[in-house]
Amino acid sequence: MSTATATPGSNAAKPRLKTSAMIASIAAEGQRTKPAPFGHALVELAKQRTEIVGMTADLAKYTDLHIFAQAYPDRFYQMGMAEQLLMGAASGMAHEGMMPFVTTYAVFASRRAYDFVHQTIAEENRNVKIACALPGLTSGYGPSHQAAEDLALFRAMPNMVVIDPCDAHEIEQVVPAMAAHQGPVYMRLLRGNVPLVLDEYDYTFELGKAKLLRDGADVLVISSGIMTMRALEVAQRLEADKIGVGVLHVPTIKPLDTETILREAARTGRMVVVAENHTVIGGLGEAVAGTLLRAGVAPVFRQIGLPDEFLKAGALPTLHDLYGISTDAMAASIKGWL
Amino acid sequence: MDTAIDSTPLGHNVPLAERAYRIRRNALLMGEVQGQGYIGQALDIADVLAVSYFHAMTYRPEDPHWEGRDRFLLSNGHYAIALYAALIEAGIVPAEELETYGSDDSRLPMSGMAAYTPGMEMSGGSLGLGLGIAVGIGLGLKRKNSASRVYTLFSDGELDEGSVWEAIMSAAHYKLDNLIAIVDVNNQQADGPSTQVMAFEPLVDKLEAFGWFVQRVDGNDMDAVVAAFDAAKSHPEPKPRMIVCDTRMGKGVPFLEAREKNHFIRVDAHEWQLALDALDAGRTA
Repeated sequence: MSTATATPGSNAAKPRLKTSAMIASIAAEGQRTKPAPFGHALVELAKQRTEIVGMTADLAKYTDLHIFAQAYPDRFYQMGMAEQLLMGAASGMAHEGMMPFVTTYAVFASRRAYDFVHQTIAEENRNVKIACALPGLTSGYGPSHQAAEDLALFRAMPNMVVIDPCDAHEIEQVVPAMAAHQGPVYMRLLRGNVPLVLDEYDYTFELGKAKLLRDGADVLVISSGIMTMRALEVAQRLEADKIGVGVLHVPTIKPLDTETILREAARTGRMVVVAENHTVIGGLGEAVAGTLLRAGVAPVFRQIGLPDEFLKAGALPTLHDLYGISTDAMAASIKGWL
Repeated sequence: MDTAIDSTPLGHNVPLAERAYRIRRNALLMGEVQGQGYIGQALDIADVLAVSYFHAMTYRPEDPHWEGRDRFLLSNGHYAIALYAALIEAGIVPAEELETYGSDDSRLPMSGMAAYTPGMEMSGGSLGLGLGIAVGIGLGLKRKNSASRVYTLFSDGELDEGSVWEAIMSAAHYKLDNLIAIVDVNNQQADGPSTQVMAFEPLVDKLEAFGWFVQRVDGNDMDAVVAAFDAAKSHPEPKPRMIVCDTRMGKGVPFLEAREKNHFIRVDAHEWQLALDALDAGRTA
């Protein structure tokens, strides 16, 4: 037995990761990033849109809203650790013509404050923009912080627009687009040092539009959020194996760009893989499946997503491997399905 | 319906008691349309609504969205029958629509919703929402340097909701002196007497400890209600204002006042006229 420094039972080639790994940023080691794109984009937008106010429930620092608060202290409202109040008060602000950008964690907006978003914001069609950090599996703290079902919940809410951006480049464009849309919007927020990927793909965000980022003859990955970043990495990697992977990025989960999805999925001979940082129940995967089925389009169909179980605590890279949403795991799954 | 509505607008000097009588009468006539409803609450809160709409608040009946209006948020959406009765009396909703109450395609649904009814500022019904929205409106009015106030009516049962206390705490934090909240303490909620369902007393002490200017009055004593609204408007401290109104379910119709389990009253067909007669009998009292 070796006397090396490896912890007993661990893989010596792969040091044991701590839960704190990637806690402030989803970016991988060495990845290009941009700091706090949401906060900076909101500050920029608020120069023109004087009706914008920022509201949070004791999570300004952890949702990058502190940047807005520093720039516009008189337009920032700290509502305390009270998400139900946050949503109700945002509705009241919108009632008076303000455009509140409210932030908290995705778990609290979706699970704790659901009825308040449903009744005071969506049902009344108030112009409130909800931006929530730690979407899907982007926290190693366990189910209390893992919003595996936020897209399903907000998709099911009439009037609500739902956006799952991929990177900093996209978030910068999503923020003004949220403001341009009259009505409630839910955005999954990536905070801190956010990966920068889509600037290399000549990409422009358009609300309600899916965009083909690269083409491929064998597999079409339909993805949103950070899974588009993963899909692009997988596509590059599988090129070496002569496997052509196309990537259709669908940042607007609702309203869904069914036309583009059907057009791309109907191309013969390609397996369709929907990849989402979300439970396989009620998210992009099932939305796409329903779209295909209703239209009579029936490609080979696979889903990459989080299982219907309470997810573990631990380091994110470990968990992403475990649940099949890391680049390695995703590449292996796709190769296995071909 | 054999009881015609007198929709002739009343002058502003009509005594508040007459306004309250007419609000009660409108509510009974709507109750008769459905044969049942939250009529006990409508009768108990009619005096408060009369003072709100004919003494305290500023608004333009012909322009329910006029920017300079005072906002009135009905948190307890099941009191919609009472608010419709007041909105009809105020000339915001035409009296002819009274007969449509709770019917398909009516602007007067059983539970109040913002998109349906002129003068309805929020969608209530899911209890515990109004005070939080009122905080946001109060903050928004201050941002606009508006002199308007936001009033919100909620029920004692809603005191069970944690969101109400979140709003109570934040309204004081933000010194919302443009917020006047009215809680209807009729001591009746779905499962029984509110104080037994969940003890909320001593309510005044609690609210004062939370930093509010609090008054407690007999909500069916018109002079006391008027004085409380006047004091709430003129109070100099930078605090939100709460008027705790103790009311009597079914007020004005003695046989309904006496009826137990009166959260959701069923009234036999022949009893509506008896109720209207009883209300008329007490009109000048």
